[in-house]
Amino acid sequence: MSILSIASRELRSLFLSPLAWSILGVVQFIFAYIFLTQLNTFIQIQPQLANLDNAPGATELIATPLFATSAIIFMLVIPLITMRLIAGERANNSLTLLFSAPLSITEIVLGKFFGVLGFLVCMALLLALMPLSLGFAGTIDYGLLFSAWIGLVLLITSFAAIGVYMSSLSKQPTVAAISTFGILLMLWILDWSSSKVADANATGALEYLSMLRHFEAMAKGLFSSADLLYFIIITTTFLVLSIRRLDGDRLQR
Amino acid sequence: MTTPLLMNIEHLTREYGSLKAVNQVNFDLKRGEVLGFLGPNGAGKSTTMQMITGNLAPSEGKITINGIDLLDNPKLAKAEIGYLPEQPPLYLELSVGEYLKFCAKLNGIQRQKQVNAVNYAINRCGLGEVRDRLIANLSKGFQQRVGIAQAIIHTPSIVILDEPTVGLDPIQIREIRKLIRELGNEHSVILSTHILPEVQMTCDRVQIINKGQLVFSDSIDSLNQSMQATSLIARFENCPSIETLRAISNVESVEDLGENKVRLQYKTSPAKQVAIEAVNNQWGLLELSPEQKTLEQIFVEITSSEKLPEHTHSEDAA
Repeated sequence: MSILSIASRELRSLFLSPLAWSILGVVQFIFAYIFLTQLNTFIQIQPQLANLDNAPGATELIATPLFATSAIIFMLVIPLITMRLIAGERANNSLTLLFSAPLSITEIVLGKFFGVLGFLVCMALLLALMPLSLGFAGTIDYGLLFSAWIGLVLLITSFAAIGVYMSSLSKQPTVAAISTFGILLMLWILDWSSSKVADANATGALEYLSMLRHFEAMAKGLFSSADLLYFIIITTTFLVLSIRRLDGDRLQR
Repeated sequence: MTTPLLMNIEHLTREYGSLKAVNQVNFDLKRGEVLGFLGPNGAGKSTTMQMITGNLAPSEGKITINGIDLLDNPKLAKAEIGYLPEQPPLYLELSVGEYLKFCAKLNGIQRQKQVNAVNYAINRCGLGEVRDRLIANLSKGFQQRVGIAQAIIHTPSIVILDEPTVGLDPIQIREIRKLIRELGNEHSVILSTHILPEVQMTCDRVQIINKGQLVFSDSIDSLNQSMQATSLIARFENCPSIETLRAISNVESVEDLGENKVRLQYKTSPAKQVAIEAVNNQWGLLELSPEQKTLEQIFVEITSSEKLPEHTHSEDAA
């Protein structure tokens, strides 16, 4: 109940700010551009595909790369959306309102997290509409599309959790944004840095940690519980850390 | 003691590293009482407020609100408290109505009662005309009132206000003080401030905190008693000698202040006698006024003395 009210307030404030609208507008434009480029490529190579046995379908050639590129855009944009969650309230002194109300820290953190997640899922839904629109013209692989979309949502869920945590660390939203971006980028590039490490064990560990690996599998339609678990672990870890950090506000300053 | 204590604070201590911001503070709050919490800047007022509202964990001590321990059962205890911190915790992008609705939800007011609660707070704080305006566009005075509205929306038994009149113009200050006085009829109020007349005007009891320690606690009535005048200031055109003045009945001692001004110490006022003598002897009386000890003087005496006077009255005495 109180989680829901915090979440809806967060969502409301987001939609009242020009930041959210400009992000939605700009990102949507970029998504559309990528989508059209992919569609164009597909149409160009379609005659050759017809000669192939077991040729990849439209979904595989359009939706998968679209979602993969959008993941990078989400990585750039999510720090800007999550930065104000706690840091902004701290700077604005409005965090006291939540602390003084009969709420637990867990409820505060979850409320904020779900509020921002609501916004991000809206973005992801708008994105999903593009490949879905192909359904009017031809057949699409709904299973693959769904798996890739769920993968994307899981990815942005963990991005958001990391953003919430970084926001809980700082008083300045910009600092929160930069550090969130740093962590996201780090988790991203772990993958290609892993190939440069000689030790095979280390390579495996780095690859496992990389978000890209887990997302790629899902984007290709390979829905494995290991990947699901990876995202759930990342999300819970950072949410628990945020709760602990915010509780620390009360204990010492 | 038959009057139920609403809030009981024992050995409250808060350390920041080696600095003791609040040191072994004990006090109670009775139902329907307006308690003024005075102290110079940095004395530990806000720290104490933050602790009793659950915003800051005490290093040591116990806070009981309406019989509920704040540290053991924060959710229940916090429901009894409304808090306006130094900076009102507002969401500037929301309208007054939306903001208060959100506060009502946060405080767990049931859906059907939310509208009533919002209306109650809006009426109480005179926010009717700005209900649909954005908080960001309101004046400081109105923002402060929204802050108070937020603190009373769930009709808590204790309202805690931390320097509510800072940064307001004189008219707004008067309005806010009147509002605080009115709140005292329905809630217990703790008012933290460093503005002394504010305390004299609005509070039933005064506490002074200095360097983290409670150094004074008394009811405003007995405080007014101790502020009773014990001296007269008189100014004459032709000042008589000190001895002549000393001879007037009831005058205990005379002090020459220069420029034909004297201070007359007394136990029962000799003003009438002085006036009669002055007229009879043609001293040319220009000024005769009782010298009142202000709260300010008491405050300065208490907070500036090196060793702390044992002025703290016990509750039974008050």
